[in-house]
Amino acid sequence: MTFRDIALLNLRRRKARAAFLLAGILAGVTTVVALTALVTAIRKDITDKLDLFGANILIVPRTESLSLTYGGLSLGGVSFEMEEIRLEELERIRSIPNAANVAALGPVALGVVEVREKKVLLSGIDFEQARILKPWWKILGTEPADGQVLLGPEVAETLRLGTGDTLEVSGRTLTVSGILKATGAQDDQLMFARLGTAQDILGMEGRVSMAEVAALCKDCPIDEMVKQISEVVPGGRVMGIQQVVKGRMETLAHLQRLALGVSAVVILVGSLVVLVTMMGSVRERTREIGIFRAIGYRRSHIVRIVLIEAVLVSAAAGLLGYFGGLGTAALALPFFTESTGVLIPFDPVHASGAVILATILGIAASAYPALLASKQDPADALRAL
Amino acid sequence: MSFIQAQNIVKHYGTGEGLVQALRGMDFEVSQGEFFAVMGESGSGKSTFLSIMGALNTPTEGRFLVDGIDVYRLSPDQRADFRREYLGFVFQSFNLIPYLTLVENVMLPLATIGGSKKKKLGMAVDALDRVGLGGKAHRLPEQISGGEQERVAVARAVVNNPPVLLADEPTGNLDSKTSAEIMSLLNQLNREGMTIIMVTHSDQSAGNARRTLRIADGLLVGQENPSGLDVDTGCRPAPEAVDKALLMV
Repeated sequence: MTFRDIALLNLRRRKARAAFLLAGILAGVTTVVALTALVTAIRKDITDKLDLFGANILIVPRTESLSLTYGGLSLGGVSFEMEEIRLEELERIRSIPNAANVAALGPVALGVVEVREKKVLLSGIDFEQARILKPWWKILGTEPADGQVLLGPEVAETLRLGTGDTLEVSGRTLTVSGILKATGAQDDQLMFARLGTAQDILGMEGRVSMAEVAALCKDCPIDEMVKQISEVVPGGRVMGIQQVVKGRMETLAHLQRLALGVSAVVILVGSLVVLVTMMGSVRERTREIGIFRAIGYRRSHIVRIVLIEAVLVSAAAGLLGYFGGLGTAALALPFFTESTGVLIPFDPVHASGAVILATILGIAASAYPALLASKQDPADALRAL
Repeated sequence: MSFIQAQNIVKHYGTGEGLVQALRGMDFEVSQGEFFAVMGESGSGKSTFLSIMGALNTPTEGRFLVDGIDVYRLSPDQRADFRREYLGFVFQSFNLIPYLTLVENVMLPLATIGGSKKKKLGMAVDALDRVGLGGKAHRLPEQISGGEQERVAVARAVVNNPPVLLADEPTGNLDSKTSAEIMSLLNQLNREGMTIIMVTHSDQSAGNARRTLRIADGLLVGQENPSGLDVDTGCRPAPEAVDKALLMV
């Protein structure tokens, strides 16, 4: 018989109280883990997407927009007067002060075409530049020459086309030179052709829909390059992708702060539940504590028994709460990101952290009841017999 | 020198007009191996007497010595150790821990001492065997009778072989047959050398003791030697208090 045996047997006998104690800590840990795992997964999703995106500056046509409001309510907006990006404007990028930092410049001509009675997005690109901008691309077949196209895997499946097959686009017969291996990105849903071929088909001679720039900008500010490009491409709106991501990350930081706040409140409530339950338990066990004291248990022994109970329950709650939190995060994730395949991974360090957090919580909330129990005058306790 | 000495024990509860004088000056001595009974009406101070004897309740005045140890000069932790080493308690309402089996209940006093689990289990089973309950070691208290529960309480009190056993109304909740069994058990322990101090209402139970002290209104008012054995206890009530007590009887 040890103090741990006494604590364990008491918990086993008083199952309802132990369950209530467990629930208090479990709620706190589950909430903290779920919110933390969710924010971490969303952040990783954004970072992964950014890593997949070779370009770090985007140039899109400048537009005027009008936001519509009615009675102070925003109803979205309309875009008008879309300007054009001309190829010769893009060439000026090669002469900006930080031109040496431009690793690749990829103009893109985008437009919808009809193939086999289905609408497909055709993307005309410079394949030489694409090799730098999209180094992860793997082509089953070859890069398209003039009069050929490269199909994204989803397009190939939808149109039931394979390498070597031909298709009619706007009265022109094109041959499929290859199929892109699935990237998990939007490229899978596109049909690619050389820039000139696409411009011919789409009627966009000398013009492009957008351009991607890969800037090797480890030691130069991307903002500065954005500014320089904006000056030479007046018809384009130049965006540093990091800036776009930054906005989303800021939103995420707000969410994280909110998560922390909610976690703090849940932990506080959980701690109060533990405190109240433990106080009740100590009061209920006045007689038992009196017996322990009468048969020679020191005050520290009583504290130890109460705290061992708290540690056993809270450590179990920490472990259950960790897995509960991961499960909750996995269920909630689809509501926060459209990406599929985002994982909420098991992390032994986080699991240990959850157990340690729960244990500290349990001990902190039980310390006062344990002290009260130990301070009970054994004579008073026995008078209650 | 006597094994147990109580010197002018006074115990007050409360202050001012609410002052309650539970014990008003008690002197007595108990020899080692003595079977000693204390009788008195409800409210006479018996419970306070027993709690002071049990090193659980610091007297307002006086000294209480066991084996030469001035018990109430010990620190609270030392007093807890003293209780573990010197005293075994048998409570009126058994006070077994309901969620522990009989053997686990008996092992409780051993949780604070060193030694292997196997050795402790052996000691507990031996103690249960001594009270005739070795065969029910793994039952819960609710699964045995009141008399058996009292015997388990005795086993728990003696498992670590303390020199003194304090029994509070050990037959108070038992029928006459079971009471006789418990008294027989206490007599056996006394024959084995254990000093027994028993608080009781029952003249029949007190008849087993070599000496009986009577308490009234917080004072010792007399002593009897029903067993007829010759004991030199040095028991003496506080001189000035006796007269007052006798006047009140």
